[in-house]
Amino acid sequence: MKNVTITINGAEQQAQVEPRLLLVHYLREVAGLTGTHIGCETSLCGACTVLMDGRAVKSCTVLAVQADGHKIGTVEGLANGGQLHAIQEGFWEEHGLQCGFCTPGMLMCSHDLLAQHPSPTDSEIREAINGNLCRCTGYEHIVNAVKSAARKMTKRVSARAA
Amino acid sequence: MAQNGKPTSKSNGKSNGTRNGDAAPWVGRKLKRKEDPRLIQGISHYTDDLKLPRMLHCVLVRSPYAHAEVGAIRTDAARAVHGVVGVFTAEDVSSIGMVPCAIQMPDLKVPKHPVLATERVRYVGEPVAVVVAEDLYAARDAAELVEVDYEPLHVITNMEKALGNETSYVHEEFRSNKAFTHALKNGDIAAAFKKADRVVKQRMINQRLAPIAMETRAVLAEYLPGEKRLTVWNSTQIPHLLRTQISVMLGLPETAVRVIAPEVGGGFGSKLNVYAEDGIVPWLAMKLGRPVRWSETRRENFASTIHGRDTINDVELAVKKDGTVLGLRVRILADLGAYHQLLTPLIPQLTALMLAGCYKFPAIDIEIQGVFTNKMSTDAYRGAGRPEATYIVERIMDIAAHELNIDSAEFRLKNFPQSKEFPFNTVTGLTYDSAKYQESLKKALQLAGYDALRRRQKNGLKQGKYYGVGVSTYVEICAIGPSAATPAGGWESATVRIEPTGKVTLLTGASPHGQGEETTFAQLIADQLGIDPDDVNVVHGDTLAVPYGIGTFGSRATAVGGTAAYLATQKLKAKLATLAAHLLGAKPGDITIGRRVLTAKGSKKSIPFREVVMAAYTARSIPAGFEPGLEATHFFEPSNFTFPFGAHIASVEVDPETGEVKLEKYVAVDDCGNVLNPLLVDGQIQGGIAQGIGQAMWEELIYNEEGQLVTGTLMDYALPKAHFLPNFTLDRTVTPSPVNPMGVKGVGEAGTIASTPCMVNAVCDALASLGIRHIEMPLKPERVWQAISHAQAAPREPEPLLVGALAASAARKNAQKPARRRT
Ligand code: FES
Ligand code: FES
Repeated sequence: MKNVTITINGAEQQAQVEPRLLLVHYLREVAGLTGTHIGCETSLCGACTVLMDGRAVKSCTVLAVQADGHKIGTVEGLANGGQLHAIQEGFWEEHGLQCGFCTPGMLMCSHDLLAQHPSPTDSEIREAINGNLCRCTGYEHIVNAVKSAARKMTKRVSARAA
Repeated sequence: MAQNGKPTSKSNGKSNGTRNGDAAPWVGRKLKRKEDPRLIQGISHYTDDLKLPRMLHCVLVRSPYAHAEVGAIRTDAARAVHGVVGVFTAEDVSSIGMVPCAIQMPDLKVPKHPVLATERVRYVGEPVAVVVAEDLYAARDAAELVEVDYEPLHVITNMEKALGNETSYVHEEFRSNKAFTHALKNGDIAAAFKKADRVVKQRMINQRLAPIAMETRAVLAEYLPGEKRLTVWNSTQIPHLLRTQISVMLGLPETAVRVIAPEVGGGFGSKLNVYAEDGIVPWLAMKLGRPVRWSETRRENFASTIHGRDTINDVELAVKKDGTVLGLRVRILADLGAYHQLLTPLIPQLTALMLAGCYKFPAIDIEIQGVFTNKMSTDAYRGAGRPEATYIVERIMDIAAHELNIDSAEFRLKNFPQSKEFPFNTVTGLTYDSAKYQESLKKALQLAGYDALRRRQKNGLKQGKYYGVGVSTYVEICAIGPSAATPAGGWESATVRIEPTGKVTLLTGASPHGQGEETTFAQLIADQLGIDPDDVNVVHGDTLAVPYGIGTFGSRATAVGGTAAYLATQKLKAKLATLAAHLLGAKPGDITIGRRVLTAKGSKKSIPFREVVMAAYTARSIPAGFEPGLEATHFFEPSNFTFPFGAHIASVEVDPETGEVKLEKYVAVDDCGNVLNPLLVDGQIQGGIAQGIGQAMWEELIYNEEGQLVTGTLMDYALPKAHFLPNFTLDRTVTPSPVNPMGVKGVGEAGTIASTPCMVNAVCDALASLGIRHIEMPLKPERVWQAISHAQAAPREPEPLLVGALAASAARKNAQKPARRRT
């Protein structure tokens, strides 16, 4: 067993884990955060996408011990108090989800994209979410959702700057 | 929706859209979904998210062989793993009933289907043992240590070999690999073919697919011996039917079993079933006296959750030289896999029913053989039989158009029934409710800029560019269905309860898994009662809360479940009117329900909705014979199916050097009757189109000769990804259905049904000038490239026969020969 200290959504947590424990299992079973989903466990579907130090990673491909000393962001940490994040609003308003299973991964992946490219084109969005599979939506409403989020975030940034 | 036994409201309390004045109904608006706030915050619960005190985990040990005798099973090493609680094999679970099949047919062979394999395994992935442990990792470790002796047997994967020269059998006891035959014949088919100027023939294969709901299957079971209550959380589309089947499998009174479908992460038909694990996991919970959870891995999901399609179709179309269709003959081999799951033998029969498509075929002749092979069962996958039918009809129509040198849109328009001919009786014995096929296709042609696309295609050829235009129309059979035509009841239930505070609870038997019924059903009830959708809480997926229901599949939820809710609400409206009349001193017939108020016609007297509601509960001032409370239940039995329809057009460019297909434009005009929420309808169509294009272009489950699934991971099985697809151009026509009072038809499968033939038509159209008439799906670059190289290597042949007397007689001769340029 190994000791790990991981900061999840701003709160530092310590735990003893098996060295082979996957980060996604740590989040779901140890930290009790089940918003991060498992769709394949083999790095192919993106349902488990979280942020590690701000960048999107597939948490089924990261060991909990590799996250030791790092900051992890999950879907549960997106909303600020009761206030939804612009990306969440975008998905809600543009009907970017149906069964919702791929959604947490899509949100976190989009979060990474918009941090790097605040106003991506349709094809940049499609490229960015390429590693995240959705069987329900056909992706078009997801693309709309990310665009809507981008607009909101840009507006908020310029409002703050003004 | 209920979780952990407690029904909970999932609304975030925020107003959901604003109402533009009193008159505008909620139905028809692009309302944001009520279910989304919990889903986008990651605070909803799918089965695998639920955890109970003292919960155990289990892992199935599965056969690596497609066909083998099972010998000794050694479990000692597995039992020795720290944390392992038990290992069980077929002998231990022999009290569990068979995995059920709900279909009856006169000659259907129904093999025994035990939950764990007994003497033989018959497909790769068949469960042979189950390991239970304190945690998932221990269970997985132990499962690897279970040693099973297998004696490999001859493997049957090819349907034609399985039927010809039979010497080995998937099920010895039948001495045959033929599971059933089914025929549908109507009209004078011999005369049709005799009269034909041309017979267009093609063999076409509908490949095996994996449904791939992003949430795999999962089961959590808990048994409380004192209360004698088994609670099963299951990622299912059919909680009530599953409860009945679990009670049968485990020999429990049905009243002792409660099934809860928590959040369900997609189904596409794969969760419209009853699987071995649905019996095993509850049995383990009872046996061990502790809750047990099982979650399928994606690998297991590929191998051991039902597959879709997998048919070989020999198609012959009799047609006159002027393009009038005369008759259709289809011979289908349907690969059923090794066992029947719940609906396995039904699916090819649905194909037969829908083989008339949107056309006026005077005669039809269909024969189907269901074949056992050493593979996982096929069953209902999005569209379930209808995509197969539409593929056959729309492909042969396109091939015929090319052979006759008639424009493929013209050819279709010529053979549609006119809208005044509806209700239209098809040659397959169905009565299509309502449609305007011409209008829908013409709208699609216009949206696509069809004439310009054809001009570009012609000009492109001069520059060595291969542009193709694919046209596909479709009709589907929805609102499944009248009970007489369904194995387990085709009705749906709803209970509507106006609570004392005026809030409304709807209990619906149509348990959704992404369709958004918490929103659309709230919209329709809000309009009826003059309240807001936020006032309506839709409860589903809990057999203890909801009256018996059938479930969500076959694009039935709105048309059947929504209608049940609508009709239950009418009963309450009558009751509200009676009570309001009593309170206002008016006649019930004069009461109208407005926005949160009931008014007596002709007088200025009115009473707030909430006061009437409260009066029904306080019951101090009620008319004689008035039953207190405000709750009504309706079980709606539809009088017919509904038949949504539409026209799709795809424009593609094929690169002759690489075989790559570029989808440039995709236009879909769909008609699903009246629309409750356009945003959600668009979502269903877009998702469906993507799935159908997936079949046409990329998806394929391949079993090799040893019966190994070689495309059994998301690495090998190519699901559509975001950058594979363009935005789609959607539009609709609205032809209300006369079958239900809301005039709705259903939309869940439309996109999947139309888009597959549309894409293949487009690609084959692009390459027609090379003499290519058909390429089997999926149209991967490699396969397209091969077709092109074969065609280029073959000696050039004359242009397709032109219509004319001479050509027609030549055609009759040619019709008997296989097409020389078939690829
Ligand atoms: S679960 Fe991690 S990528 Fe699929
Ligand atoms: S919304 Fe169901 S998988 Fe994306």
